[in-house]
Amino acid sequence: MDAKTLYDAADHFLLKYTGLSLIKGLVLVVITLLHVAYATYAERKVIGRMQQRIGPNRVGPRGLLQPIADVLKLLTKEDITPDCVDRPVFMIAPFISLVAGATSLAVIPIWQNFVVANVNCALLVILALSSLSSFGVILAGWGSNSRYSFLGGLRASAQVISYEIAMALALVGVMMLAGSLNLIDIVKAQINSPFKMFAIPQIIGFFVFMVAAIAETNRTPFDLPEAESELVAGYFVEYSAMRFALFYLAEYFGMIVMSMVAVICFLGGWYGPFPIPGIPFFWFLVKLYFLIFFYIWVRATLPRYRYDQVMGLGWKILIPLALLNIVITGLIKVLA
Amino acid sequence: MAPTLEIIKKQQTEDIWDEPYFVNMGPQHPATHGVLRLFLELNGETIVRCDPRIGYLHRGVEKLSEFRTYAQDMLLTDRLDYIASAANNVGYCLAVEKLMGLEVPRRAQILRVIACEMARIASHLLWLATHALDIGAMTVFLYCFRDREWLLDIFEMMCGARLTVSYPRIGGVRMDVTPEIIDELYKFTEEFPKRIPEYETLIDVNRIWLKRTKGIAVVSGQEAVNLGLTGPSLRGSGVPYDLRRSVPYLIYDELDFEVAVEFEGDVYARYRVRMKEMREANKIIRQCLDKLSGTEGEPVLAENAPDLLMPFGKIKRPQAAPHPKKGYVVRGVELPVVPEGEVYVATEVPKGELGFYIVSDGTGHPWRMRIRAPSFVHISAIPAMCEGQMVADLIAVIGSVDIVLGECDR
Amino acid sequence: MGEDMLAVEKLKEAFGGDIIQVTECAGQVAVIVRRDRIVDILRFLHDDGELLFDHLADLTAVDWSGKKTPRFEVVYNLFSIRYKRYLRIKAQVPEEDPRIDSVTCIWKTANWLERECYDMFGIIFEGHPDLRRLIMPEDWQGHPLRKDYPLFLEEDQEWPVYQEVKKKARELAVYDWYPMLLEKEKAEEAAQAEAEAQEAGHGTNA
Repeated sequence: MDAKTLYDAADHFLLKYTGLSLIKGLVLVVITLLHVAYATYAERKVIGRMQQRIGPNRVGPRGLLQPIADVLKLLTKEDITPDCVDRPVFMIAPFISLVAGATSLAVIPIWQNFVVANVNCALLVILALSSLSSFGVILAGWGSNSRYSFLGGLRASAQVISYEIAMALALVGVMMLAGSLNLIDIVKAQINSPFKMFAIPQIIGFFVFMVAAIAETNRTPFDLPEAESELVAGYFVEYSAMRFALFYLAEYFGMIVMSMVAVICFLGGWYGPFPIPGIPFFWFLVKLYFLIFFYIWVRATLPRYRYDQVMGLGWKILIPLALLNIVITGLIKVLA
Repeated sequence: MAPTLEIIKKQQTEDIWDEPYFVNMGPQHPATHGVLRLFLELNGETIVRCDPRIGYLHRGVEKLSEFRTYAQDMLLTDRLDYIASAANNVGYCLAVEKLMGLEVPRRAQILRVIACEMARIASHLLWLATHALDIGAMTVFLYCFRDREWLLDIFEMMCGARLTVSYPRIGGVRMDVTPEIIDELYKFTEEFPKRIPEYETLIDVNRIWLKRTKGIAVVSGQEAVNLGLTGPSLRGSGVPYDLRRSVPYLIYDELDFEVAVEFEGDVYARYRVRMKEMREANKIIRQCLDKLSGTEGEPVLAENAPDLLMPFGKIKRPQAAPHPKKGYVVRGVELPVVPEGEVYVATEVPKGELGFYIVSDGTGHPWRMRIRAPSFVHISAIPAMCEGQMVADLIAVIGSVDIVLGECDR
Repeated sequence: MGEDMLAVEKLKEAFGGDIIQVTECAGQVAVIVRRDRIVDILRFLHDDGELLFDHLADLTAVDWSGKKTPRFEVVYNLFSIRYKRYLRIKAQVPEEDPRIDSVTCIWKTANWLERECYDMFGIIFEGHPDLRRLIMPEDWQGHPLRKDYPLFLEEDQEWPVYQEVKKKARELAVYDWYPMLLEKEKAEEAAQAEAEAQEAGHGTNA
């Protein structure tokens, strides 16, 4: 009996009787949390290098313990609730944002045998949850009862709604080529396709998806909801301590989830040029890290768009491009 | 102030929104370059009305200067535009020298020009850094600081101070430069023109940067003059008004440099003007260094220059107002007397036209010292430039007119 | 020098009766004019094709308290960008009626300069669209740049808001990590109480 059948049998057994999914989910969340923590470290370090400075280097060797120190600091800070806020909304908004961002992990396969919930409409679940995470942002903006937060919340809602469309349309091409919404099936379809990844036939879709993903996660150059030079910190200007950290976590969760989706839908998932024995998801992580690096790189390079320009870009360029992509994909599909 | 605050409070506590949407920007805000406070009336993201409030950094320099000697007042001018303090010192010294009829040695004049132009580069670098950061390009910020650091180090070599240098003095400069400083300056002028393209490649060909700056806050030349804009902000609107050329002071009439002018009148044009000006300033420093070698060994301070008389020990806080004529009595030493008269001397500092209007009544203290600060006038022009634009443009406008609040509030 | 005087000549021609005095100091010409014609004179200087003083470099006031009889002088420093000439126009404003016409209709930049002048000297500019305090707080008493305004204010004359802030800072010093201020104050209070008690003791003894 080889390892895979053994695993499947164990999976079947445990799923039925003890709920392996729970353990799996826990493992996944812990791993992703670590990734989030070290994504902040990587961001500071990489941007530091790009800006000719060193970055964090005080806590631990080469500053490696910096994220942990940050978490401890934020945990011990005072959680301030301003007087005028809408209390329940203010309290719950960061959790909505974080939970919506993190739940998407449940349907993302890191490896064909490692997925918490292998649902058939995984792509739809991800799209739904990513737009739900902006719900937390809007609530935070409204509940803070502050001028800057309110403007930030408004910007976030408008931006996320418009880029949601572009992103969904960009993924339609992938669905058409793969013929499925199941992420494992999409990866398998890519392996069977001539280019081994959808990024090449779906180059327009990939571009639209990446731009929309940056906008969806509110990062530079689309970080208008939290534009520090105009709105100070935008929707979370009134938050402090752990609630503030939750928003940060949500942003990085969003970034990682979006990168994972991009890896799965466009870059061929866990398949690589040659298999690495022992670490089946090696290539998945390599591609993921590259995309995260891409996010950081963009942040270090580009200035910020203006609000109306962001809307213009979304509605006038990205959505028509995505529609064009669907038409082209359809034609190829019919002709081939 | 009160009605607006009341409206805000009403909107916050009672949830009644029939009044316009007010946003109070500042005085603590990352993009207002100090403690500027802007009252904005918004319609969505568009600015309907903008009302700047200043005075949060008011230290009463004009009042204070009436109670100090002329030489002591020079230290106050450092604190006006603390980013380019050498240029302020020179402006003040020129005004007092004109009043006293003092002749400044040539070597001191050359050194003053060098200090002025170094301050100009340092100021423009800081401006570019913060302007880019406001628009969101954060890498430029640190690139600019890297080079500004070098300049500040040279300032430190010249006079021991980095920011508030007080290097010029009434009648000359404080001390001569050493050969090491000249070598370092040669190295800097050699290297700096290569650094400017680095910033430009980061932002000048960037579509987002161009979208954010081109066609924003357009001011025609005539309107700019009427609004009182000076310096790069005016030259971005096509008016070639540069006091270094129009009313040459120091040795600027001997130097070969171009007055940078752009004609579009938008944020981008003002940015281009400053980039050009940095190159020109570099050229000027180079020429001055060459001239400096011809005046080796000459004095850098006029013989009859007034001394900076600082009281020894601590000054006790006077209980009543000091005597208007004597001010602090400085250990019985006679104060240098400046002849009766009045003078307005304007110099081209990095921000624009810095004017000193000094009225002397023939004693050791100025009867009235008025500082015409470019930032003050530029802030007064912000409402005219930003009304009808978006909030994000306001940030670009504040950046593009280059203000520093120490100078505005005095 | 001849060119500098051109403006003065033209002014004398057009407003002969309104010019009080022409002075010169360090090569800079100043014209003292009557305050009720100031707007006309400045508009003439601004619009005249040969003079074109289009740049209002500075607008300020001087308090001649105890030196000259009309106490205030409002000073306009003009510059012609095309002809590169300076001219200083001064208008005398008496203490009992510190009013002068606003020149905001000629230069928009005069708006803030006049507001500052009002704030610092209490000179009222008639026809100014928005004459409020600019640099000092709106409920400030007095005009700081007047010569009779002291450099240091006594504690009881200080701005009420500042007094309040100081009081609050003392109250909140309990929460300071380094309660030195509080301890010092306590010690001072104790010393004072002691001194008072002693004095009272002396009083009863006497």
